[in-house]
Amino acid sequence: MPLKNDSLAEILSQRGVSRRDFLKFCGAMAGVLALPQRYTTRIAEALQTAQRPPLVWLEYQDCAGNTESFLRASKPTAAEIVLDVLSVDYHETIMSAAGHQAEDALDETIAAHKGEYLVVVEGSIPTKDGGIYCTVGGYAAVDRLKQVAGGAAAIIAVGTCATYGGLPAAAPNPTGAASVSDIVKGVPIINLPGCPMNVQNLTAVIVHYLTFGAWPATDQFGRPLFAYGSRIHDDCERRAHFDAGQFVEDWGDEAHRKGWCLYKMGCKGPEAFHNCPIVRWNDGTSWPIGAGHGCVGCSEPYFWDSMSPFYERLPNVQLLGVEAEVDKIGAGIVGAVAGTFAIHGVISAARAKAQPIERHEVSAPEEE
Amino acid sequence: MAGHMQTGEAGRIYVWEVPVRLTHWVNVFSIVVLSFTGYYIGNPYIQVSEREVFGSYFMGNMRFLHMLFAFIFVASLLLRTYWAFFGGNQWASWKALVPFITPEGRGKLRMMLEYYFFVRREPPTVLGHNALAGFTYGFIVLFYFIQTFTGFALYGQANPGGFWWTTTGWIFLFISNQMIRLIHHLLMWLIIAFALHHIYSAFLVDAEEANGLMSSIFSGWKFVCPNDKKSKDE
Repeated sequence: MPLKNDSLAEILSQRGVSRRDFLKFCGAMAGVLALPQRYTTRIAEALQTAQRPPLVWLEYQDCAGNTESFLRASKPTAAEIVLDVLSVDYHETIMSAAGHQAEDALDETIAAHKGEYLVVVEGSIPTKDGGIYCTVGGYAAVDRLKQVAGGAAAIIAVGTCATYGGLPAAAPNPTGAASVSDIVKGVPIINLPGCPMNVQNLTAVIVHYLTFGAWPATDQFGRPLFAYGSRIHDDCERRAHFDAGQFVEDWGDEAHRKGWCLYKMGCKGPEAFHNCPIVRWNDGTSWPIGAGHGCVGCSEPYFWDSMSPFYERLPNVQLLGVEAEVDKIGAGIVGAVAGTFAIHGVISAARAKAQPIERHEVSAPEEE
Repeated sequence: MAGHMQTGEAGRIYVWEVPVRLTHWVNVFSIVVLSFTGYYIGNPYIQVSEREVFGSYFMGNMRFLHMLFAFIFVASLLLRTYWAFFGGNQWASWKALVPFITPEGRGKLRMMLEYYFFVRREPPTVLGHNALAGFTYGFIVLFYFIQTFTGFALYGQANPGGFWWTTTGWIFLFISNQMIRLIHHLLMWLIIAFALHHIYSAFLVDAEEANGLMSSIFSGWKFVCPNDKKSKDE
């Protein structure tokens, strides 16, 4: 177990990280959290004196994508710092212990730091058939999660699977996959959806907690507003092409090469709330739309079902076993109505001729 | 026959008051603009040259028009709704939308259906909406409401935490963003289909009843033979 009272200042000097890099990192975090620049010093002060909150990382039905994102945390010195502020006592993928030793470490942490430790959950939790579709150390995921979550200070659900059930919960959801908030009640839960979550946002959430002693404000899906408070479409670097009506019509066409808007290629930027256009991915190198591919809306609930087909604007409609686009169905309805009334009009005209209505006619004025 | 001549003036009745006619035409114009701009927003099929002056903000202008007319349309709906409950005459009342609540209304619904299906020769003479039309308008009012709500829900997404987001954003907890868009698209087509039916039926009934129905939505006046008036609509 690492020493609990190691402050960040000590870790920094041990690691040989310059104060300049540290302050740059604090400034970047203030930016991610959408705080005024003056908060940089406050963040720096808070991180320097912060005690290391123990953290356990639980991994269930997932692809370890969030772990990948976590391990690639930003520049070698900067964000690693904050992640090192945490005392990661249990993380199956990166811990050296295995088997019973690993499970013992988890039990030790939750017993010793009841009410203090943080839990990060990655992956969805199967609930069907007693939760047997995912077991760790002989426990069903659902039982172990409830046990660990019971004494947690807070839970951070990372990635779309932990947040909404994600891909395992996509129709027909064979394992009854559920999200953390479906299973755990009565503990603060921060949702960081995305496929995977952006580690900048995880870092910023923890910085916020260490600086203010509180969790950031969240939206109706429990997502921090600093990261999920505006639509990708509204922050997109290609937005001017959308407003101008300049669209990519085909992959690799002239418009695509010019970097025009991917709206007609099914980009779900207008439906997705995430800070990808601002924070970007892989140390701000690029992001999906920047690389020329439409957004798939991975940070939105049940995106695999609700956002597909990914290369169409709208979902298809299942009608009598046939899939069709809604606008084609709508145009079909209008055509059918027009046809029906055209026929009705012909029949009515024929009837009016064959069987005229008796009118209460008046005589011409000259007669009176 | 001569008797009709003498009471000719009495057979002319002011049915559609100014707010009814005004909102009708504002709705017509708004729906045309909203459908055209809305379809473009969903599927930007018009190619604009980047060299054209209007090309620099073509989608932006389409969206501006869509939202402008959305607000005009909603103002019209609010006025018409007020008029249906307060201030309007008997033919403007909300009761026309639910003819099935009275036995008489149910009878008229059946008669109108029989007329449309060529079972009955003459349409029942009415001064306001016929029972079947009123019943259909009930669905149209519902469509208008859903269209307005889904429209504002999508509009509010541009400004999370704002007024429209706060009042309509909760819907996304229950219905996915894409499904809201799908509903918004489908209802546009249903409203267009209704408009076709509405115009056709108005022409048909105008010709068959010979009561000046078509001009009444401009002038407000309908014509009715005194004999009919007493028996059918009082």
